[in-house]
Amino acid sequence: MHEPIQQNCLTRFLRNPDDEAPNFSLNEWQLLFRESRRTNLLCRIAYLTKQKKLLGYLPERLREHLISAELLASTNLRSVKWEVIQIYKALSESKIPFALLKGAAYVMRQSEASHGRLFGDVDILVRKEHLKEAERALIKHGWFGTKIDPYDQKYYRTWMHELPPLKNLKRQTDLDVHHTILPPTATIKPDIHKIWQSSEPIPGYPGMYVLSPIDMVLHSATHLFHEGSFDQGLRDIVDLDALLREGSQKIPNFWQELMARAELLELSRPLYYGLRYCKLLLGTPIALEDCELRSYKIAPPALTRLIMDKLLLKAMTPNYIGNKPRLLGLTQFILFVRSHYLRMPLKLLIPHLLRKAIKPDT
Amino acid sequence: MLLSATPHQQLSDQLAGEGVNLKIGPFHINLTSTLPGVADNLFHLYGAYPIQSSTELIDFYIQLKAPSAIRRWIRPQATFSFDGHLPFKPLPQRQSFAMFEWGLNWCVANNAHQYLVIHSAVVEKNGKAFIFPGTPGSGKSTLCAGLVSQGWRLLSDEMALVSITTGLITPIPRPISLKNESIEIVKSLSNELYVGKPIHDTAKGDVAHMRPPQSSVEKNDVQATPAAVIFPKYRKGAHTELSTLSKGRTFLKLAENSFNYHILGSMGFNVLTNLVEQCQCFNFTYQNLDEAYSTLGNLINA
Repeated sequence: MHEPIQQNCLTRFLRNPDDEAPNFSLNEWQLLFRESRRTNLLCRIAYLTKQKKLLGYLPERLREHLISAELLASTNLRSVKWEVIQIYKALSESKIPFALLKGAAYVMRQSEASHGRLFGDVDILVRKEHLKEAERALIKHGWFGTKIDPYDQKYYRTWMHELPPLKNLKRQTDLDVHHTILPPTATIKPDIHKIWQSSEPIPGYPGMYVLSPIDMVLHSATHLFHEGSFDQGLRDIVDLDALLREGSQKIPNFWQELMARAELLELSRPLYYGLRYCKLLLGTPIALEDCELRSYKIAPPALTRLIMDKLLLKAMTPNYIGNKPRLLGLTQFILFVRSHYLRMPLKLLIPHLLRKAIKPDT
Repeated sequence: MLLSATPHQQLSDQLAGEGVNLKIGPFHINLTSTLPGVADNLFHLYGAYPIQSSTELIDFYIQLKAPSAIRRWIRPQATFSFDGHLPFKPLPQRQSFAMFEWGLNWCVANNAHQYLVIHSAVVEKNGKAFIFPGTPGSGKSTLCAGLVSQGWRLLSDEMALVSITTGLITPIPRPISLKNESIEIVKSLSNELYVGKPIHDTAKGDVAHMRPPQSSVEKNDVQATPAAVIFPKYRKGAHTELSTLSKGRTFLKLAENSFNYHILGSMGFNVLTNLVEQCQCFNFTYQNLDEAYSTLGNLINA
């Protein structure tokens, strides 16, 4: 894991705020500000600067923006909590157990990854046999389906691991209801029962769960490479980095547990990539040697890895501000197609992408 | 250096190249554009603004450009990009300058939560700032342009930036956006006012921009103390009158007219409470500008 990568102000700051902040030039602050706003990480920068007491190094003008970002983050946090409680009320009335995924889970566990994070939609997991009932309960409490096009309905219900996205009529908030963490059409099929078995209840909310901290890491890594959008890529890496750092401090034997669990759930490959790019981009301290990773037989062949490095590092570094790297658009397109390819076989994928090319979402 | 002192060609080149750095109110803006007409509009409407040196930190990088090569020839369009992010769908290219104005409003409303941002015009005289919250069609911009033509200082035609720490209002004087009939009304007020060419058939009807007075632009950095909140309503043939509005009602109406009250949370509540407590609050019906000047002038002198 020692290939040199082009660092930008944002990744440099995220890696090592204490050392970078005192030495940043005005121009570097400007770039940090633009790169972090562009990647939805300005609130995270605001949090880190405050927590590490670096405000004094900031140019006055940037300080104003961080005040603004901090307010935005705290409002966002408040509304996610509120949203979670509303979902809880709707589902607990029908006694449907559910697990919070990603951002909402970080919030309810007060995990390090929740600080200075902006949340879009809420993602939850319900058991497949509860799916219909959960949908009914949510619709009864003010959510409605957004994808009313019959093709989209069929696409989600037949091939995807989630209901067509729901929206709350009053609050206009988005909710994704999953029944597993990857589409049934994907080549890797993690056993969702095992994930449920190790899930953990949230005190005070009977029936509401979060994934175990280790499964949370695995889900975050998997999500990173199976979702189509890479403009949020660095934000996802920041999430994963925070989960890894926290896990390694709190859980005994963390790295070995993580590897073993990944193998059990068939998620070793996404974990490999997750660890690799966390380390390359953010210098995440990973207490595993490269040879150890290989001995778990999870590393991809060298050529594949080389191609992935080229694609991902390009797509994830926000230094397209100022000088946009060549072929960024193509890179992101290839990754988009790849993420879909991982989600479904070609005989489903090609008609789907063709249809979306001819008739994009309105 | 003032923008108006920059030779036209140099301005165009700079717009097409590294961009023009403008100080607009408290914000530093870097604007790039290759679209025709943008340099012209800047020259006429933003001439009194200082151009910043490139060593200042920039708040908003804004780019106006044509979305694609084909669209340069067939029904040309303009896109507004905020640091590479496109918050709006493209508009016809003849609307590009209006798009800049709307886009900049969007940037401030969505990114400047160090202020409570209220949708309103703000003018000042004798150190007292009057806030005119705007519901569309209320005649807020016409009244604002009229008062400015009478020597009141323009703080903003579009938004009150209320500091969350001091409660003072930070000016952001920009061209006044006039719509439909009010374009001719304002033009007829005085020969000294510059009103740009109307842009027809926008989402808001016909739109033209009035140049803010140089004196207001020069006081860019002078904050003002809010003294009154006045909800204007132009009504033909009505009796011109100020009627007192309860503080509670004013509070609710202001919260409704704020872009980011919901984001500021309890801080927004406190800022707005203080604002309403230190202001006189009125509904204001007027039938013509002359009567409006005298009524509001009396209020200032009272």
